[in-house]
Amino acid sequence: MNPFSSGTRLRDMIRSIRACKTAAEERAVVRKECAAIRAAISENDQDYRHRNLAKLMFIHMLGYPTHFGQMECLKSIASPGFPEKRIGYLGLMLLLDERQEVLMLVTNSIKQDLNHTNQYIVGLALCALGNICSAEMARDLAPEVERLLQFRDPNIRKKAALCTIRIIRKVPDLAENFINSAASLLKEKHHGVLLTGVQLCTDLCKVSSEALEYFRKKCTEGVVKVLKDLANSPYAPEYDIAGITDPFLHIRLLKFLRVLGQGDVDTSDCMNDILAQVATKTESNKNAGNAILYECVATIMSIEDNGGLRVLAINILGRFLSNRDNNIRYVALNMLMRAITVDSQAVQRHRATILECVKDSDASIRKRALELVYLLVNESNVKPLTKELIDYLEVSEPEFRGDLTAKICSIVEKFSPEKIWYIDQMLKVLSEAGNYVKDDVWHALIVVITNASNLHGYAVRSLYRLVQTAGDQEILIRVAVWCIGEYGDMLVNNTGFLDMEEPITVTESDAVDVVETAIKRHSSDLTSRAMCLVALLKLSSRFPSCSVRINNIIVQYKGSLVLELQQRALEFGAIVDKHQNIRSTLVERMPVLDEATYSGRRAGSVPTVVSTSQGTPINLPNGVAKTTSAPLVDLLDLSSDDVPVPSSSGGDFLQDLLGVDLSPSSSQTDTNQAQKRGTDVLLDLLSIGTPPAQSNSSIPDMVSSSQDSKSAINVLEQLSSPSAPAGGVSTPPGSSSMMDLLDGFAPNPSKPENNGPAYPSIVAFESSTLKVTFNFSKQPGNQQTTIIEANFSNKTFDAYTDFIFQAAVPKFLQLHLDPASSNTLPASGNGSISQKLRITNSQHGKKSLVMRIRIGYKLNSKDVLEDGQINNFPRGL
Amino acid sequence: MFDNRYVTEKNNLDLVLSKKYKMLKSIGGGRRSITGIPSPKIDTIMIHFVLLISRQGKVRLTKWYSPYSQKERTKVIRELSGLILTRGPKLCNFVEWRGYKVVYKRYASLYFCMCIDEEDNELEVLEIIHHFVEILDRYFGSVCELDLIFNFHKAYYILDELLIAGELQESSKKTVARLIAAQDALVEAAKEQASSLSTIIAQATK
Repeated sequence: MNPFSSGTRLRDMIRSIRACKTAAEERAVVRKECAAIRAAISENDQDYRHRNLAKLMFIHMLGYPTHFGQMECLKSIASPGFPEKRIGYLGLMLLLDERQEVLMLVTNSIKQDLNHTNQYIVGLALCALGNICSAEMARDLAPEVERLLQFRDPNIRKKAALCTIRIIRKVPDLAENFINSAASLLKEKHHGVLLTGVQLCTDLCKVSSEALEYFRKKCTEGVVKVLKDLANSPYAPEYDIAGITDPFLHIRLLKFLRVLGQGDVDTSDCMNDILAQVATKTESNKNAGNAILYECVATIMSIEDNGGLRVLAINILGRFLSNRDNNIRYVALNMLMRAITVDSQAVQRHRATILECVKDSDASIRKRALELVYLLVNESNVKPLTKELIDYLEVSEPEFRGDLTAKICSIVEKFSPEKIWYIDQMLKVLSEAGNYVKDDVWHALIVVITNASNLHGYAVRSLYRLVQTAGDQEILIRVAVWCIGEYGDMLVNNTGFLDMEEPITVTESDAVDVVETAIKRHSSDLTSRAMCLVALLKLSSRFPSCSVRINNIIVQYKGSLVLELQQRALEFGAIVDKHQNIRSTLVERMPVLDEATYSGRRAGSVPTVVSTSQGTPINLPNGVAKTTSAPLVDLLDLSSDDVPVPSSSGGDFLQDLLGVDLSPSSSQTDTNQAQKRGTDVLLDLLSIGTPPAQSNSSIPDMVSSSQDSKSAINVLEQLSSPSAPAGGVSTPPGSSSMMDLLDGFAPNPSKPENNGPAYPSIVAFESSTLKVTFNFSKQPGNQQTTIIEANFSNKTFDAYTDFIFQAAVPKFLQLHLDPASSNTLPASGNGSISQKLRITNSQHGKKSLVMRIRIGYKLNSKDVLEDGQINNFPRGL
Repeated sequence: MFDNRYVTEKNNLDLVLSKKYKMLKSIGGGRRSITGIPSPKIDTIMIHFVLLISRQGKVRLTKWYSPYSQKERTKVIRELSGLILTRGPKLCNFVEWRGYKVVYKRYASLYFCMCIDEEDNELEVLEIIHHFVEILDRYFGSVCELDLIFNFHKAYYILDELLIAGELQESSKKTVARLIAAQDALVEAAKEQASSLSTIIAQATK
C-alpha cells in the first residue's frame, strides 16, 4: 500500500485540525492533508477514495478550496457499491454547484442509478438530482423521474415528487407532463408522499396556468376532504406534534388551497367550511398550532372575499399581537401588513399595540412594526402617530434611527395638514436626528419655509432656539444658517410674531454669533461652510452695524485651502468692504421657490446622478461636481436675485459679471428644465428662483451688455479663472469645474445631439420564434444611463398574446422598464412591440452591461416562456 | 451574479432596492392580484439554505438549495453569523436579511439557521428545525456538537432524508430513522464483505 496516500483517518484529521491553536497551524495541517489527497488522486487510489472524499468535505466546510476533488466524486458515483455511491453523491452535492460544467458529466451516472434495482441507490440519485440539477439535466432526466413517481416504494415516490419540483422550476415547460401523475399523488395515504405530492401540485400551479385550472376543477374537493380528515383524525403517535397530527401536512394543504382559491370565487366557497374549522379548532398554545393558524390566516386573506372568515382571521392576528411570545408577535405584524390592503379599518383597531411594538427591544419586531405604522398613517391620525414616533426617536437606539427618521420625514411630508405643523415636526426631527435626514428632505423643508411667508419669522426664531440647544446637528445648522441669512432681520425684530410663541430677544450680534460658530465648527463640511459664507454676506447687508465684524470673519477664509471657499471669501469680502452702495440690492431676499416644480423634480430625480452639468458634453467626475456645485451656485443664486432689479445694474462691473453669468443660465432655464432631473437641489432652487417671464425679457439686455462691455470680460477673467469668454462658446478641455458649470448653461442647443458616440444596434436575442433587437441612446450628459429601445418581432405564423418582457440585471446596474407599446405581437413580423428600458450603470467604464431576459407569451392560448442572457452589449455603455 | 428576480413593467422596481421598499410599492399600487395580496413569484423555493453555526462562529453544516457561488457562500456565512450570534436570548427567532428571512434556533452551543422567502411561514420553519434536531437526537442518542463534528457526513445523510430541493420530504421521524438505519446497514454489510474478502486473500497469500 502506498505510504503517502493512506494518510490519517478522518477522525484523526478532524482531531488534529481541532487541536490547532492558530489559523496558520490549521492551514498547515490542511495543506498537508490536501497534498496527501492530491497524491492519492493522481495515483488513482481506490481503497481510500471514500475516506479522502470525506476529508475533502470537511476541509471544504472550513472554507478551503477543494475543486481538485470534484472528479473523485464522479468516479465514486460511477463505482458499483452502495457505500461509494453514497459518499460520492454527498460529495457531489457539497463540492459542486449547479453552475459547474463538471456536473454535465454526471448525468449519465445518475440516469443509470435512477434505473438501479437497489431502491436506496435510486433514492441517492433522486436526492442529488433534486438538490443540484441544472436545466439541461432536468430535460434529460425528466422521463426517468416521471416514471419513478409511480415506483412501488412510497419513499421513492416522495423523493421523485420533490425532484419533479426542482425540474419544473428549472424548466417550466416540462410542467404539463407531470400534471396527471402529480394529481394521482393526492390520493395517497402515506404522509410523506402526500406531503410532497401536495407541494408538487402547488408548484405546478405556480408555473402553469393549465395545471392550476386542472387542479381547481378536479382536485379541490379531494384536497378539502384530505384536510378535513387530517384535522379530525385521532391521535397518531408517528405524526403527532403537540397534540396535532402532522402540522406540516396541514400547512401544505392550506398553502395549496390558497393557490387554488386565489382569484376563483367558486373554489373559494368550497373551502370556507374547512378553513373556518381550522381557524377555530386549532390549539394555539404551542408553536405547531400557531404555525397552522398563521398559514390559515394567510389563506383566508388571499382567497376570494368572505366577510365572516376575514373577521375571524383578523381576530386571530389580534390575539397573536397580544401574545407574549416574540415570534408570534412578529408574524402577526407581518401578516397585518398584508391584511392592510384587504381591510385597513380592522388593522387600524390594533394601532396602539402596533405602536408599542415599534418600541420593542427586538430589532426584527421594531422594523416590522415601523413598516406597518408607516402604512397605517392617514390624514386623520397623522398627528398623534407622528408625535409618538418623534417621542420615540429621542430614546431610540442609534442603529434604528436612520430607518425611523426616514419614515417620519416621509410621513410628515406626505400627510401634513398644515405648514406650521410640518415645519414644527421637521425641526424636531432635525434637532433629534438631523444627521440621518437625507438632503432632499431638508431641501424640501427650505422650499416649504420660503413658501410660507407668514411663517418666516416663526421658522427662523424656532431654528435659532433649537441651534442653541442642539448645536451638534449639522443639518439643523445648515437650515438655521440659511434661514438666518434670509430672514435675520425678522429674527431680531420679531416680525410676524405668532400668539403661541414664547417671546425672545435676539440682538444682531447674536444672530451673527450663530453663523460664526457654525462656520468655525470642526465638523462643518464644505457645503455648510459655503452656506455660512453666503449667510454672512446677506447678514452684512441686513445688519449694517455688524458688517465690520462680518468682514473679519469672511476675511479668515481668504486663505482657505478649499478653492471655492477662498474665492467666495475674496469676492464677498470685496462686496462687504467696497460696494456698500449695491450690497443691499445684491443680497435681497430669495424669491419664493416653486414648490410644485421642486417636488416634481424630486420625484423624478435619479439618485445616482449628482452632476450639475447635465447639458455639457464634458464628463465630470461625480465627486468634483458634487462638492463644488453648491457653493458655486450660491454665487449664481445672488445673481438671480438681481434680475428683477435692473435699475441696480448701473455700470458696475460686478453687475456685469453677474449678468454674464446669468444670461446664458436664464436662457437655458426652460430648455434645460426637462433634462435637469437629479441635479443638485440648490441648483434647482436657482433656476426656479429665476422667474422665467422676467428673465426672458431681460436676456437681450444682458447679453448685449455683456458683449458690449469689454470690461466685464476683463473682470470676469480676473475673478474666476480664464472661464467663460462671453458665454462659454469655446470650451478648452480640462478647464476648472467652475468653467464646466458655466458651460452647462451656455446657449448651445446643438450640443446634446453630438453627445457621445452613437452605439450600434444589436440583436439581443434570437430564437426560432422570436427576435429581439436593442437600439441604444444616451441621456445627454449622463454617461451612466443608457436608454434602450427594445423591439420584438414574431417569426412564426401565429400571433402572440399576453406578451410580457422581463429582465434581470446584476446589482451594479439599475433597471427601469417603461410600459410596452402593446401586449400582442402580430404574426410573421407584421409589426413589432417596442419597449423602452433605462439602465443606469453604477460601474460605468469598469463593467459593461449584461442582462438576463425572460419573455413570456401565449401562443394558441398555450404559455410559452423563453429566456436568455445578453452579453453582446456594445462596450462603454 | 444575477439575483434571478426579473423586472417587468408591472413591478417596475429597481433590483438593488431593498425588498421592504418593494413590499411598500406593491402594496401602494404596484402589482396586485384581485384580492390585494401580491401574487406569488415564479421561483418560490422554500428553504434557500441550511446553516449550522457554533457559538464561536464555526460552520458545522451547510446545505445550499439555491445557487450561490463559493464566494457568496463565504460572505453569506460571515454576514449571518455576525447577525445571529449577537442577538440576545429572549428575542424572536427571525432576522431579516437581504430581503429574505433567516429563521434560527439555538440548541446548546449550536445555531440552526434556515433561510426562507419573505412570504413563507416562519413558524413552520421553526418546527422543521426542531424536527431535524429531534431526528439527530434520536440517531446519535442525545446529540452534541462533537457528534456533528466527527460524524458530519451522517448529519448530511439525515438532512437529505428530510429535505430535498429545499422542501420538506418526510414528516415522520420514525420513517427517517428507519431509512437511515437501512442505508447504514447496507454500508456495514459492504464493509464486512470487504474485510472478510481481505482476510481470505491474506490467508491465501500467507
